[in-house]
Amino acid sequence: MTFRIGPRTSQIIAYTILLLMTVIVVVVLFFIIFYILRNGVGQLTLEFLTDKTREMGKEGGILPSILGTIFITVFAILIATPLGVGSAVYLVEYTRGGMIRRIISFGADCLAGVPSIIFGLFGFIFFVITMNLGWSIVSGGLTLAVMIIPTIIRTAEEAIKSVPHSYREISYSLGGGKLDTIIRVVLPTALPGILTGIILGIGRAVGETAAVIFTAGSSLGLPTSVFSSTRTLAVHFYILAREGISMPKAYGTAAVLIIIILAINFIAYRLMHRFIARYY
Amino acid sequence: MKDKIAEKVLLFIALSAILSLALITFFIFQQGIPLIFKAGLANFFSVKWAPTRAGFGILSMIVGSLMVTIGALAVGVPFGLAGAIFLAEFSSKAIQKTLKPVIELLAGIPSVVYGFIGIVILVPFIRNTFGGPGFSVLAASIILGIMILPTIVSISYDALRAVPSTYREGSYAVGATKWQTVVMLLIPAARSGIVAGIILGMGRAIGETMAVIMIAGNALKIPGSILDSVRTLTSTIALELGYAAGDHRAALFACGSILFFIIIILNIIAIRITGRK
Repeated sequence: MTFRIGPRTSQIIAYTILLLMTVIVVVVLFFIIFYILRNGVGQLTLEFLTDKTREMGKEGGILPSILGTIFITVFAILIATPLGVGSAVYLVEYTRGGMIRRIISFGADCLAGVPSIIFGLFGFIFFVITMNLGWSIVSGGLTLAVMIIPTIIRTAEEAIKSVPHSYREISYSLGGGKLDTIIRVVLPTALPGILTGIILGIGRAVGETAAVIFTAGSSLGLPTSVFSSTRTLAVHFYILAREGISMPKAYGTAAVLIIIILAINFIAYRLMHRFIARYY
Repeated sequence: MKDKIAEKVLLFIALSAILSLALITFFIFQQGIPLIFKAGLANFFSVKWAPTRAGFGILSMIVGSLMVTIGALAVGVPFGLAGAIFLAEFSSKAIQKTLKPVIELLAGIPSVVYGFIGIVILVPFIRNTFGGPGFSVLAASIILGIMILPTIVSISYDALRAVPSTYREGSYAVGATKWQTVVMLLIPAARSGIVAGIILGMGRAIGETMAVIMIAGNALKIPGSILDSVRTLTSTIALELGYAAGDHRAALFACGSILFFIIIILNIIAIRITGRK
């Protein structure tokens, strides 16, 4: 006679194991965040945030990296937003299935799966060398823009799709053309959803290392123009940690990164929620 | 008239993603492929990597990449699937609403932070518990496994939720338990989505760079055990691109070409699978 576990027992065992594994996942996540914050928050003085970096990061603050992160991210978002939102508008409002739609979707999906080191290689050979932009905010920003286009397309596409059809019909019935309808009715209604995509794009840009270290470089000077080389917070943190320059400064920089990422995710979540609450 | 121009402009914009992909493909291959032929396949797929002295063998890195990817899947798939099944089938709406964003947050944490956690916690732990250098296949596998969790959880979750609720009701009606329903009905029905999630997770693991550099040790040899140091294709690119020139730089792009080729294949498979439903 073989020993069999009854369906009730197996249900209980399975439930317990699944619950346990899910709890482990959540605990790991909170542990990472808690650990970084516990060791890093003590470093976060006004001086640390507003002082120049001295002795490769052993002394001083992280102002150059904060500015570098802001400039590169803003640059990337300024390029990627019109391209991403424009693509989404075209996909939803101008295509009805078919070849063109499939090609555009394939491009976005495939680009989303490309790892950041490939973007780094591409940005290095294309923007830095071929277009002769050097290691600069421009090169880093353009590289990140290419990287976050898919995020913005996908989120904006969902947002535009969920604008009720009746909104468009009312606009048409009042004599609005297609473009007028898109600009005055569809886009404003889809705005919170579109913003969510942009904010998630900012998150990706802020946390990125491999794609920016070979395109924006790692200069510690304060940037003077968009053609200056600069280093982002993530790159600074990577160098501090890997070369063992200063553990306290590394924890401090990591804490700044984690706080930014938490804030970004929180804002994106709230926006998405308000948007969903309105239309579902 | 205005609408016609707008449509043309928008079409042009909409091609930006596919055009970028084409540009990336062109430049990576154009820089890398010629070197593979110049070096010869026997040299390229050997274990001798001395790019300044015409040794372009990347075999140990390919093996390294495969090892950490398989390791990452061994950690990420069970936990990812368990999380997805628990969220989709065994938890209330309220728990779903809280846990889903929490797991998405896991995806937002920068890879350098994962690498750092690896350095300060996991590597010393492995060194003290199992011996060896600590910087190892095992360390990289665990950290990468955590990093691919969100991909696997969220895609599998969506696939499970997409199974019509009539399946569940039918199954309960004939007296099956929740777990029997999950195993016999829901997982088979959501199979294609789950596989797509695993493939995309695999793509993330094989392409991850910074976290791996920080914790894998980067020694240039085929690891004998999971406690040995290992170097991947991505680490080699990132470690050496800063100073490489001439054929050495081309060799790094050749590594990039191999990596990019693998990623594109994985992406196409995943897109095909999810596109079919």
